[in-house]
Amino acid sequence: MAGSTPASLTADAPAETSAARKARRFSPWQEAWRRFRRHKMALVSAFALLVIVFAVLAGPFIWPVPINEIDFTAKLQGPSVSHPMGTDDLGQDLLARLIYGGRISLAVGVAAMVVAIFVGVLIGAIAGMASGAVDAALMWVTDLFLSLPQLPLLLLVIYLFREPVKGVLGIEGGAFVLIVAVIGGTRWMPAARLVRAQFLSIREKEFVEAARALGASRLRLVLMHILPNAMGPVIVVATIDIAAAIIAESTLSFLGLGFPSDVPTWGSVLRDAKDYLDIAPHWALFPGALIFITVLAINFIGDGLRDALDPRRVL
Amino acid sequence: MAENLLDIRGLKTWFKTDDGVVRAVDGVDLHLDRGETLGVVGESGCGKTVTARSVLKLIDMPPGRFEAGEILWKGRNLIPLPAEEMNKIRAREIAIIFQEPMTSLNPVYTVGYQIAEVLRQHENLSRKQAVEGAVEMLRLVNIPNPGKRVHDYPHQFSGGMRQRVMIAMALSCKPQLLIADEPTTALDVTIQAQILELMQEMKDRLGMSIMLITHAMGVVAETCQRVVVMYAGKVVEEAPVEALFANPRHPYTQGLIRSIPRVDRAAAKERLEAIPGTVPSLLTPPPGCRFAARCKYAMDVCVTAMPPLKEVGPGHRVACVL
Amino acid sequence: MIPSLLGISVVLFALLALAPGDPFDELATNPAVPPEVRAALRAKFGLDDPIWMRYWHWLAALLQGDWGFSFVSRMDVSTLIMQRLPVTLIVIGASQFLAIAIALPVGVLAATRPYSLFDQIANTVAFIGFSLPTFFTGLVLILIFSIQLDWLPFVYRADINATGWAFYWEHIKQSIMPVTVLGLFQGAALVRFVRSSVLDVIRLDYVTTARSKGIGERKVITRHVVRTALIPVVTLVALQMPIVFSGAIVTEQIFRVPGIGSLLITSMLSNDTPVVMGVTFVSACLVVIFNLIADILYGWLDPRIAYR
Repeated sequence: MAGSTPASLTADAPAETSAARKARRFSPWQEAWRRFRRHKMALVSAFALLVIVFAVLAGPFIWPVPINEIDFTAKLQGPSVSHPMGTDDLGQDLLARLIYGGRISLAVGVAAMVVAIFVGVLIGAIAGMASGAVDAALMWVTDLFLSLPQLPLLLLVIYLFREPVKGVLGIEGGAFVLIVAVIGGTRWMPAARLVRAQFLSIREKEFVEAARALGASRLRLVLMHILPNAMGPVIVVATIDIAAAIIAESTLSFLGLGFPSDVPTWGSVLRDAKDYLDIAPHWALFPGALIFITVLAINFIGDGLRDALDPRRVL
Repeated sequence: MAENLLDIRGLKTWFKTDDGVVRAVDGVDLHLDRGETLGVVGESGCGKTVTARSVLKLIDMPPGRFEAGEILWKGRNLIPLPAEEMNKIRAREIAIIFQEPMTSLNPVYTVGYQIAEVLRQHENLSRKQAVEGAVEMLRLVNIPNPGKRVHDYPHQFSGGMRQRVMIAMALSCKPQLLIADEPTTALDVTIQAQILELMQEMKDRLGMSIMLITHAMGVVAETCQRVVVMYAGKVVEEAPVEALFANPRHPYTQGLIRSIPRVDRAAAKERLEAIPGTVPSLLTPPPGCRFAARCKYAMDVCVTAMPPLKEVGPGHRVACVL
Repeated sequence: MIPSLLGISVVLFALLALAPGDPFDELATNPAVPPEVRAALRAKFGLDDPIWMRYWHWLAALLQGDWGFSFVSRMDVSTLIMQRLPVTLIVIGASQFLAIAIALPVGVLAATRPYSLFDQIANTVAFIGFSLPTFFTGLVLILIFSIQLDWLPFVYRADINATGWAFYWEHIKQSIMPVTVLGLFQGAALVRFVRSSVLDVIRLDYVTTARSKGIGERKVITRHVVRTALIPVVTLVALQMPIVFSGAIVTEQIFRVPGIGSLLITSMLSNDTPVVMGVTFVSACLVVIFNLIADILYGWLDPRIAYR
């Protein structure tokens, strides 16, 4: 089997032996960690993200300033000792508001990712196992959703449903549930396609055949044998989905169709700040930078995880 | 002996990988005369393809690197040659065809375009003249209806026909050397014979030399005048084809010859022999003879030092202490 | 194309039908309107018909260009959208052009020198580029170029009191920032895709064949690598149109560009449902049209498809 490129031709034999050597020395997770560690930016990002998560969780205890204490004598102030990130037009402390907002933004990101991945894995798994008409129909729906313009659709659903949901769950809870459901509901397609593709290839593998020959039920086959082996790429997509969901939430809030102004999130603080850009740029720069750093960190971690868990894919 | 057409001396082509340096070609000496067909044989990963591609400097650098040695083409060393000079030699003086006719042609251009591209580059022809030249080449390699086929895309040809197109492309500037890197491995047996026959015919008509890379000893016996046997990046035996088959000296060559299936032996219920073991790692090659681990005659000296090539007959050299 | 358009229309209609609230709710709470009148009105507008009948009427009206009337703007929805659409198309078109103009050379250069310094910088910058939300980039650009440097206007004006060259110059000046914001975001994602697509092709056998022809590295890359690597890139550009649209809504909102994106937001904030539905449907149609264009280009770029 002379390879198509000289490098692979000559590397074939040694690569196999060294891979075999490593497999003996490391478990798959250790091997993944070893590869992840090689991605410097991912490591730095993981650390940065940990700091941000710790800050928004522990922040209120370290910086116990109320988020809605109005002080007109201190409005639109730049960063100072008493207000490290300055104040907004009502003299509210921005650090406290951004800590609170970070909790919501991160929570929305994670929750929306869970919804998207759950729906995606479910649909992808059904399509991958069923094949035939069911598969074709599900993939048609997936492609259809992929070709829908996401933001207009998000906005439309929120526009049509926000009043009734608010009536049932209250302002903050209603907005949270609606936004999570809508973002999750419009982001499941990549996961579904990925899981289906993984299923199609894994279910033909020998170990699955073996399990089937041993009389494993379909459900057991999926849960015990196929799904765990399909998870690597799904974890990568899930990570990147968190970043996308955080951007989506900030975008909605920024456009005035996400969380209302009295519930500070990074996006809604930025929306209020945009009209004061000339006199109080710090007001917009802090939340914007937080969104950017968080999203960048998550994307880098996703890239590192891709190297670690899914080495075959290039993009 | 007059000046050789091609003379490779002490060539080392190494590759840097994540796991270390792969010494794919590690000190190869071989030469090729005008009008000669030289067979280069050995199993997968022995460095024969890298040797072939090194001649045309088709090695990706990095990760590849010429560590040492010379490639003398008509007395001129190709290794330090700048890219523009090298491009004047490629296709015009030395051409190459590959194993996979399926993937060696660009799917998005017509075969006519791809042949004409060579002619336009080297012969300064107009677009129209070049296409006419392409038709002529397709006719030469016995593709039926060349005037029409010239406008077809590679996927519209069968595997054997594609290899004919590759040959037409390679020979369009009438090179003095054709390097054929496993040209028949991917083809059906009947097609293989046709392609070999075509190469032979072209060689006679154009008076060129052929360097035939293969792992099939049968192909070597039929087409070559001289053979170089490679193992783990080194030449282990070199001989005229009759001498090699009549009197193989290196245990590896002996193993290769014994592993050819033969009808007469099959009738005698003789077992087809395989060489035990696999090619050693080229990352950390053993200091001694690289075949020692698989050799049934291995002695203590074999694992300490690599034996040099020594003359054992006219044009017959072998790297073995035996 | 037709099935996906039908599918999109079903999704939109389903959302509309599922949404609680009824245009006649107000009448219901108004004691001056007797129930018989309300029922007659409902019947007139077909609200009591079975759902598929309502869908059929809605779709028929949509296809006839009868998209309803905007009570806020006091004009037909179709007229309103047609007024706003060209601006959006120009902004999106220009930014896609900018994105491709940046991504193609950078991606190809990075891929031909994998793991070089240039490659690493290009990769990192691209990563930062698509992690930057468009609304933040927009605000930062305004802060720098409009407020600090005062070079560019930060509000897009449709009524420019100038003629000739000055008119076009003003238009270009006010388009620079929105187009840059969208274009850089798109370009960043494209760079990585172009790079990986080129890397996929550059390893292929026929590239070695091309090198063996002695045509020179430049021709090898442009003729044999980029030409084939472009095929998946074209698909990606088309598939990313929904994302471009999302970006356009945000940019139009930040720079107050009078396109359909800002129209969508203003009509949502003023509860102008016919306009909201119209704009959503138009953007969906545009996405489908771009997919169709991609399919055609795909066939044109890849002879293996065209002959099938």
